[in-house]
Amino acid sequence: MAFSKVLVANRGEIAVRIIRSLKECGVRTTAIYSEADKDCLHVRLADEAYPIGPPPALKSYLQAGAIVELAARIQAQAVHPGYGFLAENAQFAALCQEAGLCFIGPTPDNLRLAGDKRRARQVVEEAGVPVIPGSHRPLLSVAEAQEVCRSMSYPLLLKASAGGGGRGMRAVAGPGDLADEFVTAAAEARAVFGDPTLYVEQRINRPKHIEVQILADSQGRVVHLMERNCSVQRRHQKLIEEAPAPGLTQALRESLHRAAVTIAKTVGYHNAGTIEFLVDQEQRFYFMEINARIQVEHPVTEMILGLDLIKAQLAIAEGRELGLRQEEIRARGHAIECRINAEDPALDFLPDPGRVEQYHAPGGFGVRFDTHLYQGYEVPIFYDPMLGKLITWGASRPEALARMQRCLDELVVEPIKTTTPFHLQVIRRPEFIQGDYRLDLAEQLLQEMDSGSLEAMQA
Amino acid sequence: MSQNSLIEMKSPLSGVFYRSPGPEQPPFVEVGNAVKRGQTLCLLETMKVFTRIKSPVDGEVVEILCANEATVEKNQILFHLKR
Repeated sequence: MAFSKVLVANRGEIAVRIIRSLKECGVRTTAIYSEADKDCLHVRLADEAYPIGPPPALKSYLQAGAIVELAARIQAQAVHPGYGFLAENAQFAALCQEAGLCFIGPTPDNLRLAGDKRRARQVVEEAGVPVIPGSHRPLLSVAEAQEVCRSMSYPLLLKASAGGGGRGMRAVAGPGDLADEFVTAAAEARAVFGDPTLYVEQRINRPKHIEVQILADSQGRVVHLMERNCSVQRRHQKLIEEAPAPGLTQALRESLHRAAVTIAKTVGYHNAGTIEFLVDQEQRFYFMEINARIQVEHPVTEMILGLDLIKAQLAIAEGRELGLRQEEIRARGHAIECRINAEDPALDFLPDPGRVEQYHAPGGFGVRFDTHLYQGYEVPIFYDPMLGKLITWGASRPEALARMQRCLDELVVEPIKTTTPFHLQVIRRPEFIQGDYRLDLAEQLLQEMDSGSLEAMQA
Repeated sequence: MSQNSLIEMKSPLSGVFYRSPGPEQPPFVEVGNAVKRGQTLCLLETMKVFTRIKSPVDGEVVEILCANEATVEKNQILFHLKR
């Protein structure tokens, strides 16, 4: 069924991104907005827009029942959740189904499995894909943890089964620290996710974060859309992503692609998703988790493939066949994305909301800026600090990098402090230029920074 | 107490002002409490990040100028303290 009207259950950059593609497909677009977002760009661009509640997300963008009710009332046929908010909420996806609405994304079962990190890990291992050495056993007490960890080699990582985003995750250096770290991690997991269940994995030394984009249609056909390197992270938050991933052997790259397709087929995955892996210094890879949503960094894949992933999601949701054959999917050139956040790198990434007095978006050949910014926009205090994603494409990686540097220099979002100076530092680092960087790059750079370069960042 | 001995504790950023660490928990400080330098006075939530606002001095809380869960602006006075 072709949809004539779709409700976009999100805000800001990603709502704008989705509305644009839907419009190009001739779909009437509906935005929702909180009281703090009346003047947000997604509201202006949508064909129609409805208020959904007060500023805090819990009272607006997370009101699953109210959003489904609205979508049904205005006779939308489908809901696109974007990322964050309700995107990975199995209950919301099920509510949509019950109301006769299509949830443009994975099935409720997919979302439940992806959300249970421990069970996902077990299913993936049973499918023959390597996982980080550890235990599938749910750990609910210090005694259980001590029993399981006796046969493992330290350092270890305790993780929340319901976790994600680095919350409820604790490193354990040696057996003497296990009891303390267990209690802390379980308390955090209970507080953040409402479930104290933990599991344990070995800590991989200086890994790279490599992920593979997949698409799966309702006939169970799965294709991979190659990989991305997302190893520039601070406190488990990605800051720079690129595709294809530099510095991997062709054999490893193909193994990762195959593993991602195997996982998607094994779990009966539907629509767009990402399989995240860690790659260690010996070029061994390990499954980490399934991200059951369109991801922030999807544009780098779009840029190297010339493929609109939101339109692909729409086609899959409408039950159209994936008009894509694996052998036809070829990368052209290289793409890099820098997340422009309202955070001050000179002040330990302190958030900096406020009014945009002066604005200039970089432009030119091979440049894409996915953003909801405009001159005079008041960045609210209530939501994620991401203002936009600066993406550059180049025929080669050096060209994409040079273009990124040029664009970062061109960007003006005054007087808001942004992550732009941090990105400029990263892309000038030799290990980044050589394409051989690991998850510790950002923290290393921030530690090494003397007061001189901090002042340079403030300038 | 002379007016000029009051210390104006200003908000370093805009955000939502919280007097206690959690919904069911007692406030960090009340008027009349003695506070140590570095002691947490309140939390500010800005763009999903929580920042602890700490006392710059050993002293006493004279006045709390914001209601719990109020939206505060950068440089708005949150507390009056005295040494």
